[in-house]
Amino acid sequence: MYPDYMMKSVEMVEKTRPQRLELARKLGKQVFPPMNEKEREDVLNRFHPDYKKESRRKIRVGVNKGEQLTTEVADLLESYSRVDPAIFDLNKADYDTDVLVIGAGSAGMAAAITAGINGSNVLLATKLRLGDSNSMMAQGGIQAADQKNDSPVLHYLDVMGGGHFDNKPDLVRALVNDGPIAIKWLEDLGVMFDKNEDGSMMVKPGGGTCRSRMHSTRDYTGAGICRVLRDEVYNMPDRIKYLEFTSIIELILDDKGQAVGAIAYHLETKQYSIIKARSIIIATGGFGRLHIRGFETTNHYGATADGLVIAYRAGANLMFMDSVQYHPTGAVFPEQILGFLCTEKIRTMGAQPVNMDGDLFVYPLEPRDVEASAFIRECTERKKGITTPANRVGIWLDSPLVDQINGEGAIQKNLPAMLRQFKRFDIDIVKYPMLVFPTLHYQNGGIEIDEKGESGIPGLYVAGEAVGGIHGRNRLMGNSQLDLIVFGRRSGYWASERAKIGVKVGKLTMQHVYDYEKEVSALNIPKKKIAPIILPDYIPDHVKVKQKTTEYFGTLF
Amino acid sequence: MSEKQKMIKVFIMGEAYEVPEGSTIVMAMEYAGYQLKKGVGCREGFCGACATVYREKGDYKLQGGLACQTVVTDGMTLAQIPFVPAEKPVYDIKKLKPDIDTIKALFPMVFRCVACNTCTKACPQEIKVMDYVQALKRGDVARAANLSFDCIRCGLCALRCPAEIVQYNAATLAQRLYGRYLVKKSPELEERIVEIGEGKYDQELAELEKMPREELSKRYYAREIKLK
Ligand SMILES: Cc1cc2nc3c(=O)[nH]c(=O)nc-3n(C[C@H](O)[C@H](O)[C@H](O)COP(=O)(O)OP(=O)(O)OC[C@H]3O[C@@H](n4cnc5c(N)ncnc54)[C@H](O)[C@@H]3O)c2cc1C
Ligand code: SF4
Ligand code: SF4
Repeated sequence: MYPDYMMKSVEMVEKTRPQRLELARKLGKQVFPPMNEKEREDVLNRFHPDYKKESRRKIRVGVNKGEQLTTEVADLLESYSRVDPAIFDLNKADYDTDVLVIGAGSAGMAAAITAGINGSNVLLATKLRLGDSNSMMAQGGIQAADQKNDSPVLHYLDVMGGGHFDNKPDLVRALVNDGPIAIKWLEDLGVMFDKNEDGSMMVKPGGGTCRSRMHSTRDYTGAGICRVLRDEVYNMPDRIKYLEFTSIIELILDDKGQAVGAIAYHLETKQYSIIKARSIIIATGGFGRLHIRGFETTNHYGATADGLVIAYRAGANLMFMDSVQYHPTGAVFPEQILGFLCTEKIRTMGAQPVNMDGDLFVYPLEPRDVEASAFIRECTERKKGITTPANRVGIWLDSPLVDQINGEGAIQKNLPAMLRQFKRFDIDIVKYPMLVFPTLHYQNGGIEIDEKGESGIPGLYVAGEAVGGIHGRNRLMGNSQLDLIVFGRRSGYWASERAKIGVKVGKLTMQHVYDYEKEVSALNIPKKKIAPIILPDYIPDHVKVKQKTTEYFGTLF
Repeated sequence: MSEKQKMIKVFIMGEAYEVPEGSTIVMAMEYAGYQLKKGVGCREGFCGACATVYREKGDYKLQGGLACQTVVTDGMTLAQIPFVPAEKPVYDIKKLKPDIDTIKALFPMVFRCVACNTCTKACPQEIKVMDYVQALKRGDVARAANLSFDCIRCGLCALRCPAEIVQYNAATLAQRLYGRYLVKKSPELEERIVEIGEGKYDQELAELEKMPREELSKRYYAREIKLK
């Protein structure tokens, strides 16, 4: 439970609740006026972590040399390979496959299934177990314009507006037009979407949407989808072979510059192996575990941007890697769940963000960057946040409103994961508000692709969070889960087609790694700075100094 | 964990370590110096990778929980179970019927359930595991799918089951059968897919795709917001 001094603020929230409930009954979601373009700009400029000068710096090596990137990303990219490629005999492949898929989240598994159905042999290599990924953790929903009062055109506008119009138009078009088809594909595989009696989809709005088009499977939407895809992967043993606890640490090109293989590393047995493939799909997800700007994260343990590192070394172009998505509502109390996601669905179901006095201060459903910035403003400039015993600051998300607006039991029925999460640590969100602050959530940018999912390197495809361009500099809730399926399937299909047509593979080489390392060493970067980092390192300093001979997978140095 | 960290003693795989009070099992193991590779995944209670069994001081009961969601107590002794051996039958979901015969063919093991309720007690997700197994025995796929919905496949139920049933695999099948066959199809969705197939939105999307930024921005801010 909250300590007494925090309960004093909770009492203020309880005091203003009846009025705010009245307001919600009258005005629906618009309990506070949404910001106009100017106001948005102002709050972003002054409070969003991305807009701080030290958040970005010039990258000094590789394709994007000279561009401003998120500082931690630039740090990660200016690094050496984990191994000297010279130790491998590239002519002796341990695996030979049509399509290699790297990463078994929903994007990777959708790609593997699609390529398999299209007749290719697929090798799916993943860092932890199948499905241990950000995909499994999504709670809120997946967007698609399938309602009568909606259309792919309106969806297009929302995606572009949310992304501040920087998005790649062709990718957005593919996303919105394929949206309903992706939902049907999932339902046919057996995903249990929330539905009304008559079979129509139960849809909710989301931050920055002009229509209700958020589909869900309770508040386990990511799991609802990802576990079905995983089961389907298990059901295709003749087509899909999978390797778990296996990280890809480098790509192999041929002398024509095509992507034709990769080097894998087994986390437990520490063996390296060589994989040959006709096409390769990177589906390695995001970068939350880089803890950018020192933020806590919602991401899974393996979210360390490995795909970016290996693709960048091989010469792929990155887009929008100067932008980071902070989710407005990460848990701040208790400490055990620090940074954990409090799904946006809580707000779409009526919960309101309020300050220490119980006052509303922002429209609850602004696009995420705007909403997060408003929270930071409330806690810093306006000093209206609530401080925890561990000296962290947050604002209240008034969850009890959800039941009051939607009827008793609404939280239990629609937000079971949230309810359980807090109950485990003795807080009943049906009765008490949740303390929240922005948390590092999503990698808006990534590797540039075309409509088929192919990067600038022939034979190298990318799907999922590792892609850049679809969402510009700000993704809206529910559009990521959609892009996983849309571009997972597209990349899977085209990678498989490429393999079928027959690729003339030249001489295998890792020259790109040497060339890249030459650039890095010209900057006098110490040799021990290696990437991909594979896993973050949470061992405390006083223990670490004693682990003299341990190899640190996860150390950035 | 407040500023003054109180330390408590826990036994990780039999060895004693001092760790900060209030740590979860994952935090405690990392504090002790373990770089976790197995037995850890999302770290937020969604992936089921970190099943752990433990006993608390002075308590004979063998308990199970998720390492990322369970707070250590003084004198706790614990072991992680990163993997539960179990075979999963391979099937083609398109060729199945959502009925008792399918359950009989693919999961004959569920009919061995002796209704001891051990699985329900073991489940960290508070799922009525026995009830969904019983539903499967009756061929009530819908009930089994809905009761088992929150299952994260941690495997703790299967570890404790005296009848050696692998409940979560059967649950996944029930969920997929339900999603594919037993819910009514959405008429709007089917219609929209036909429209898209006919290219109904192609022209307008093509126009938007070429629209200059300012004009697009105008369209965006002028669009009507209609939320249900
Ligand atoms: C808590 C949370 C809630 C979210 N909620 C929503 C939501 O409601 N709606 C929405 O649209 N989006 C949501 N998102 C975002 C969305 O879920 C993710 O962006 C998306 O799942 C990413 O999918 P992916 O397949 O690209 O990557 P992931 O699902 O992260 O999968 C990447 C996989 O690649 C593996 N991998 C990484 N590096 C390597 C390597 N070197 N070699 C081999 N394998 C590797 C990883 O281990 C992992 O299995 C949420 C994200 C989080 C974290
Ligand atoms: S039903 Fe079994 S596998 Fe699923 S969450 Fe409960 S104990 Fe774990
Ligand atoms: S533990 Fe096994 S036998 Fe006992 S109720 Fe559960 S499924 Fe049935």
